[in-house]
Amino acid sequence: MAISFNNALGIHEDALRFRGQRSAVLANNLANVDTPNYKARDIDFKTALASKLNSSSQSLKLATTSHAHNNATGLLEDGGADLFYRNPEQPSIDGNTVEEHIEHAQFMENSLAFQASFTFLNSKFRGLLTAIKGQ
Amino acid sequence: MALGNVFDIAGSGMSAQSVRLNTTASNLANAQTASSSVDQVYRARHPVFQAIYNKEIDLDASRINSDSEAGVRVMGIVESDAPLERRYEPNHPESDEEGYVFYPNVNVVEEMTDMISASRSFQVNVEVMNAAKQMVQRVLSLGQ
Repeated sequence: MAISFNNALGIHEDALRFRGQRSAVLANNLANVDTPNYKARDIDFKTALASKLNSSSQSLKLATTSHAHNNATGLLEDGGADLFYRNPEQPSIDGNTVEEHIEHAQFMENSLAFQASFTFLNSKFRGLLTAIKGQ
Repeated sequence: MALGNVFDIAGSGMSAQSVRLNTTASNLANAQTASSSVDQVYRARHPVFQAIYNKEIDLDASRINSDSEAGVRVMGIVESDAPLERRYEPNHPESDEEGYVFYPNVNVVEEMTDMISASRSFQVNVEVMNAAKQMVQRVLSLGQ
């Protein structure tokens, strides 16, 4: 049985990349907490996951002419998942929709999820290492 | 790399907030700087923030571009239009012929709340940067 890194790592690699990108979006919201007319944005994990699942089943893929080629599919393939604007609970008078407590909570949740994905990915690597060593 | 962007974004937030803290300090320091003429008197200054978009085309983009998110910057510093305070102080060396001096339109209470808001926002950006640092450090230890 051949060991395939693609199959072994599963979705965790993409999830980690998604968490990294989302942290940049949330950091941008927090940096613009006092910017007039700034609209808070976010990426939805569910739609990103759905687009990943769709793309892996039917959408365009790179031609693989050798078994050594990797399939270049990713959770955030060709540059992006959809960003959406957040609906503020308490809109402020200067048109800014960033709510600091919500953004802060989301950022912390995101970095915890990042750690979780990382732990999964790390354990996958450990498993591969054990398989390679055969001990 | 998205995690590298976080450092730039949080850094831009920190420098914008420090400009705000600087103007607050300047306003508070000059709160009692009297002057004889309306033109010369100090006026309260406040920075105006603006979100940075690296490419103007991406302004309405609903998709992430690797560099469309770039933080915040200070667009400019505006002087307050609030009415100046005219006080009768004939012994003041700067007083005019009628014995009046003009005091700046700095609202000290407003400046203090602004100061607290700026320092809290600065702290949030520091925390974001710390969290990003931990995330990058973890990634560096992958497979160990």
